[in-house]
Amino acid sequence: MSSQYVYVTYIRTTPQKLWEALTTPEFIKRYWFGMTQESGWVPGAAWTMKFADGRVADAGEILESDPPRRLVIRWRNEFRPELKEEGWSRCVYTLEQDGEVMKLTVTHSIDKEKAKLIEAVSGGWPRVLSSLKSLLETGEGMPGSHNAPKT
Amino acid sequence: MDAVFKALADPSRRRLLDRLHARNGQTLSELCAEMDMTRQAVTKHLAILEEANLVVAVREGREKRHFLNPVPINDIAERWIGKYERGRLRALADLKKNLERED
Repeated sequence: MSSQYVYVTYIRTTPQKLWEALTTPEFIKRYWFGMTQESGWVPGAAWTMKFADGRVADAGEILESDPPRRLVIRWRNEFRPELKEEGWSRCVYTLEQDGEVMKLTVTHSIDKEKAKLIEAVSGGWPRVLSSLKSLLETGEGMPGSHNAPKT
Repeated sequence: MDAVFKALADPSRRRLLDRLHARNGQTLSELCAEMDMTRQAVTKHLAILEEANLVVAVREGREKRHFLNPVPINDIAERWIGKYERGRLRALADLKKNLERED
């Protein structure tokens, strides 16, 4: 038995803009509550999620990359020992055109029943996806979703 | 957003969401076993929840597994909850939960 969450959000944007939003570190920072991700975004490339102060939160590698349709990340927590010991999880982004809008599906799973990692990220994903939707549709992330000063 | 409110306005559908919140990824048969309703009624309620994007069905072999998708509820909350209110509201919600707990 494994642990899995599936999140779906519909965003009024283009496939290209959505792909860039998911793979551009400076843009990620604006909707991921100050955190960012760095990677070469091609299969085999290292992937890291960092706190605003530069500490590594999660790390892994890109397993599949098919822009602008599908991105698969091998993902492990790095800063909480009890989550790190659960090992590798798998995060799949699927981007699909649905009429005028884009359907973004995030599937996060791990081969472990009642995994603490999946529980831990389940609080974050809905907020991150709401913020991403808001940023792409209105040009602004959710309040508090980025640390950059307002200009 | 209308679809979300309409979907949430029914106690049976909220109970289905509660069942998925307790155990995510259940099949129709598993959900039926926990609900005091016909299979047709559960199917109909699930369709309305899927329409509102509150439930996502994923096909796995011959079965479909159902996942609670809280993103639309979060979208609604973010619309009216301000930056500084979130922490205080969570504290109030925790207080209410603790005070009302029966133990």
